[in-house]
Amino acid sequence: MSSSAAPESPTGTSAVQSYFATRIGGVLVPLAATILAFFIGGLVVLITGHDPLAAYKAIFEGTGLNWFFPWVTGEAREDAANDLQQTLVVMTPLVLTAIAVAFAFRCGLFNIGGQGQYWVGFIAALYVGTHLEGTPRALHVLLAIAASIVAGGIWGGIAGLLKATVGAHEVITTIMLNWIAIFLGSYLFEIGGLLQGPQPSIPASADVSDSAKLWPIWGSLPALHAGIFIALTALLVFHLLLNRTTLGFEVRAVGFSPGAARYSGISVSKNYFLALAISGAFAGLAGSVDVLGFKFSVDVGDFATNFIAFTGIAVALLGRNKAIGILFAALLFASLEIGTSTRQLDPAVFEPELATNLATMIQALVIFFVGAELLIVYAWQARRAFTRHPRVKPELPQ
Amino acid sequence: MADAPLLELRGITKQFPGVLANDHVDFDLRKGEVHALLGENGAGKSTLMNILYGLYHPDEGEIRLNGEPVRIGSPSDAINLGIGMVHQHFMLIPVMTVAENIVLANEPTKGPFLDLSGAEERVQELSTQFGLAVRPEARVSSISVGMQQRAEILKALYRGAEILILDEPTAVLTPQEASELFAITRSLQADGRSIIFISHKLNEVLEIADRITVLRQGKQVDTVPREGTTQEGLAKLMVGREVVLRVDKPQAQPGKTLLALKDLSVLDDRDLPACRSVSFEVKAGEIVGIAGVDGNGQSELIDALTGLRKVSAGQIEVAGRDVTSAGARECLDLGVGHIPEDRQARGLVLDFNLAENLALHDFRQEPDSKWGWLRPRRLIQRAAGLLKEFDVRGGGPRTLAASLSGGNQQKVVIAREVSRDPNILVAAQPTRGLDVGAIEFVHRRLVQERDEGRAILLISFELDEILSLSDRILVLYEGRIVGEYAPDVSEEELGFAMTGGKKKAAA
Repeated sequence: MSSSAAPESPTGTSAVQSYFATRIGGVLVPLAATILAFFIGGLVVLITGHDPLAAYKAIFEGTGLNWFFPWVTGEAREDAANDLQQTLVVMTPLVLTAIAVAFAFRCGLFNIGGQGQYWVGFIAALYVGTHLEGTPRALHVLLAIAASIVAGGIWGGIAGLLKATVGAHEVITTIMLNWIAIFLGSYLFEIGGLLQGPQPSIPASADVSDSAKLWPIWGSLPALHAGIFIALTALLVFHLLLNRTTLGFEVRAVGFSPGAARYSGISVSKNYFLALAISGAFAGLAGSVDVLGFKFSVDVGDFATNFIAFTGIAVALLGRNKAIGILFAALLFASLEIGTSTRQLDPAVFEPELATNLATMIQALVIFFVGAELLIVYAWQARRAFTRHPRVKPELPQ
Repeated sequence: MADAPLLELRGITKQFPGVLANDHVDFDLRKGEVHALLGENGAGKSTLMNILYGLYHPDEGEIRLNGEPVRIGSPSDAINLGIGMVHQHFMLIPVMTVAENIVLANEPTKGPFLDLSGAEERVQELSTQFGLAVRPEARVSSISVGMQQRAEILKALYRGAEILILDEPTAVLTPQEASELFAITRSLQADGRSIIFISHKLNEVLEIADRITVLRQGKQVDTVPREGTTQEGLAKLMVGREVVLRVDKPQAQPGKTLLALKDLSVLDDRDLPACRSVSFEVKAGEIVGIAGVDGNGQSELIDALTGLRKVSAGQIEVAGRDVTSAGARECLDLGVGHIPEDRQARGLVLDFNLAENLALHDFRQEPDSKWGWLRPRRLIQRAAGLLKEFDVRGGGPRTLAASLSGGNQQKVVIAREVSRDPNILVAAQPTRGLDVGAIEFVHRRLVQERDEGRAILLISFELDEILSLSDRILVLYEGRIVGEYAPDVSEEELGFAMTGGKKKAAA
């Protein structure tokens, strides 16, 4: 039998190689994409006649991440703390909307509907938060959060149901549901709207009761709220649900190979529905964390200007749809947003107007390079084909 | 002088990352000869031929044509030198006609215009000359695989090929189409063309080739004339050890009926009848083979048996229980094991590791999971045991299924199905694309499972496989069972029935 084992050895080697390639490539590509994006961003800063290193240093300090350096003390440390609180407040919903994309993605679905799911979750939490006066705080918060999860889950579930029953493509239906949620929000809170707040001339909601607000845990302008723990817990839940439960096993099996899943008696349509509903629940949770944590109300104008869930798509992409990746990607995107905001950046170093554009540009470049991975790999192989390596895959045992 | 080689490959060496695909291979081709290149998957046959066709460049070695060294940098160089290749996967454009495909890149013109009728005439001429029946005006998407292959051969001839490389040409053909191909090959040979015939099937190279060169792990093992060569001898050269080609099996001891189909009718994806009133039984301890040409209702029958397709009429019983309307999950739980035809798309989740793949049917139950929580350590433990028992090589429980060879992937599928102790085992094309060693394993295992009292239904397009494994043979033609045969039936008689011969004879 020894001779028949020999043909396997090249396969074995390539298995090991590909294992390491995926393991290292999983970190390497997003990291390389980020570095490359910052490098090109730096070139642009240079062209505008500024010092890129000084600009990046200022942006970095604007994020408050320097709070982690023990040598930052005194007033600088207080400023850093304030900045870091803002960064983490922005990161919180980003983590959740990214999970909403990642979970569906692992089932082979592209959930573009995070924004709509976020809004229905936001509105549901807002409704509960502005009603049920006199409920004890913990219960009130819990009810508002539960409402957002259910609402987001229903919103995602509608797209899932359509996919499962009539095969309607989730990209189309989730985009449509986004608009329905946005217009529903505008309708509810406009002047004379069903849920308009106490001031008749302002198209905005009432504030949530104090008993429904998430607990502030650090600082005050606004404070970092307990939502960060919700987001971190959600990451853990996402990871465990996907990798440690039978539900996640089914979702992944369907995502990788619907044919094989079907053969094993796994219902593909059931999992499409579940994946989108669960995704929607995470996005809905993002909405409640925002409204109960620091927004407390909504203005009709917000519906047209908030793109948190679309940024979430980018975060999921950069984070490779994995829990730990999402955490770091969300931190990066939140940092870029806060670090370049008008309030944080010293205009002497780099004009904030330019800086905001720089942040958008870097974000776009990161996504571009992560997305271009396939292109890069392809170009690499093509290059090798034209020199000494095969154009066609070598004849290996299948 | 008559034996002076037309083409010589000397010391061809080609290194791929991690694999020495060709290691100083010598190969020569005489004028008017059919020279077979035999070897298992991965032995380096296609690499060698891709070098000859200019797709790869050798790291070492030289190619001589008529004694002159030549450099073949690209397929167009090869074509100019009179070398044509028919790839295993056809390179035809489906929306264009046969004639358009054949003249592509070399179109006859009338003034500035494409002379399509001239092209069709020329194709027709070539087609008659060599007995390559094609319809020049038919769209490629609408013709049979056999005709597509003939179009590919015509394309090479149209471009003036004197040397024709046929890469695994029979892999996609029915037995009838294969014998037609052999007739074509002989007429080309009679016309003085030389043919390199790549294959891993022993019986066909012995039928068609004048000489046979065997490759193993990139090395040329031997070149032998057909005369005096046996299948056993070739198999030994190919695999490097004695291979049991005949399946030695004791007489079947059929027990009680485990699978019973009564007037089963099934529709295909277009809602047309695919199986019509199919009735048969499979008993414990016997292998029933279903012979038939692809597309005669096999897929639909398998789907119906495994709960993946609704039954339009009739009944299916497994071990006395009615499973007619059971879904895939219920069928699995009621003891229907299934080795699917397409192990990569259906048998395995290629991006799952082996432990996950082995748990694909059982992950909902203890000990794989409890209260909806997977128990990874138990999955790994169980997988390690199964991988050892079924001699799966090339990876452990945490290896991705995609990185295994075809034979080992199939072992994983078989391990999963058999370990659930099924009443019946539906084996669809269980050795498709496997090499000799793996085929031997699969066949032995199926017989072993039979002897342990399972009912085995074997669906295969390979007559050899049906004949050597089955205890009874049923022929499926146009969705009907048209005959039952004992395993000592002749291949001719079976082939005749598979193409509806019996019905014609009766009419």
